[in-house]
Amino acid sequence: MKMYLSDLFADPEKVQRLLTIAQTSLWPLLEGALKYTLPLTLISFFFGIILAVLTALARISSVKPLQIIARIYVSAIRGTPLLVQLFILFFGLPTIGIVIDPFPAAIFGFSLNVGAYASEVIRAAIQSIPKGQWEAAHTIGMNYSQSLRRIILPQATRVSIPPLSNTFISLVKDTSLASLILVTEMFRRAQEIASANYEYLLLYTEAALIYWVICSILSVIQDRIEHRLDRYVAK
Amino acid sequence: MIAIKDITKSFGELEVLKGIDLEITKGEVVVVIGPSGSGKTTLLRCLNILEVPTSGSITLDGHTADFSKRLAKKEIDYFRSETGMVFQGYNLFPHKTALENVMEGPVIVKKESKVSARNKAEKLLTKVGLGDKLDFYPFQLSGGQQQRVGIARALALEPKVMLFDEPTSALDPELIGEVLQVMKDLADEGMTMVVVTHEMRFAQDAADEVVFIDKGKIIERNKPSELFTNPKEERTRQFLNLIS
Repeated sequence: MKMYLSDLFADPEKVQRLLTIAQTSLWPLLEGALKYTLPLTLISFFFGIILAVLTALARISSVKPLQIIARIYVSAIRGTPLLVQLFILFFGLPTIGIVIDPFPAAIFGFSLNVGAYASEVIRAAIQSIPKGQWEAAHTIGMNYSQSLRRIILPQATRVSIPPLSNTFISLVKDTSLASLILVTEMFRRAQEIASANYEYLLLYTEAALIYWVICSILSVIQDRIEHRLDRYVAK
Repeated sequence: MIAIKDITKSFGELEVLKGIDLEITKGEVVVVIGPSGSGKTTLLRCLNILEVPTSGSITLDGHTADFSKRLAKKEIDYFRSETGMVFQGYNLFPHKTALENVMEGPVIVKKESKVSARNKAEKLLTKVGLGDKLDFYPFQLSGGQQQRVGIARALALEPKVMLFDEPTSALDPELIGEVLQVMKDLADEGMTMVVVTHEMRFAQDAADEVVFIDKGKIIERNKPSELFTNPKEERTRQFLNLIS
């Protein structure tokens, strides 16, 4: 490290070269983020949350087969590495004739993943709402789905925002794994550029900084949402 | 209006209600008293089928729910829609304002228009003395105010019977009066009410009949003037001595 830095200071031309690379690679990296990293995150999170709510409801339902299916699904996803899941979807399935393009394969994999992890958060949040809330909803004549949509889920949402934000921010970073199934998202762009000019430290650090900026913005949004949902809670 | 016939309720091995018979006529105010664990709250919860009795039947305004058979969903809906319930712990919806709490049933369940539901909710909240708290969230209200919202929420569905499950037990002493006053006004208007409570003053002032329950059975029932001054059963006397 010492040598790298002292070389740098001794060689203004090299500094100039690095700055130029950093500058010219910035747009391709951002493009990778905008065209793939963010869409991948948002779409997967959207489908993942729908899957998670359904899984959570299956887990707490009184129908045994539903409970079992939900349990096996959550256990299988949480018990296997995300990278292995992506490889099965993209490199494994073609063996039995199912070929999925990189982007949809990544969406599929990440959605399944978010679905499993978030379902535990949502299940815990639903179960944290006092039984009296269900009873009050029933006594004013609401059925199961009305009680759930109007009374229970809105309250459970508030409880789940902090842990779900964690899931979301992890997902932003996990999308870098899609580079290994040929999705040209931000990190793969960085790899491609670096393999041409050998400035791995520069390119990977640049990518890291962009991830950091994205996640910091998301944290601010999380604070805003939490603040908004806290309006009906005693401070 | 209500005929309860030989209701029993067991939770596993534990038999909480051991055959309850009770008739309540329209406009009557029945106060149920008894020691804790006697089954009085369970009886009340059976009336709107929050608990499904193990056996027996309940007839409400001509509709009979027979608990020896499997209940149709429609039967449960009927009992829920014709009874209003007020809980010990209020159970207001914390994410909705007082007004929204009261509007929720009419708008979502009865599909009333928002405008008419809103008008009705404003009237009901004004009636329980909260006309100036319409847009307050439950956490901004005192316990007594929350319970009055709870009463308005139940009334919004225009029930034939109001059920009160120890409505003042969670309240600070100085807040009990305002809730009891609302209940007394309701009784005076001719509302049919079943009230589980420890407020003997309320029972004396407002009840048409007091029912004493112990260990899952009705021990004694009578007019309050009779039951409180001249109880016929030894267990009633013991209980009244303990609480006075």
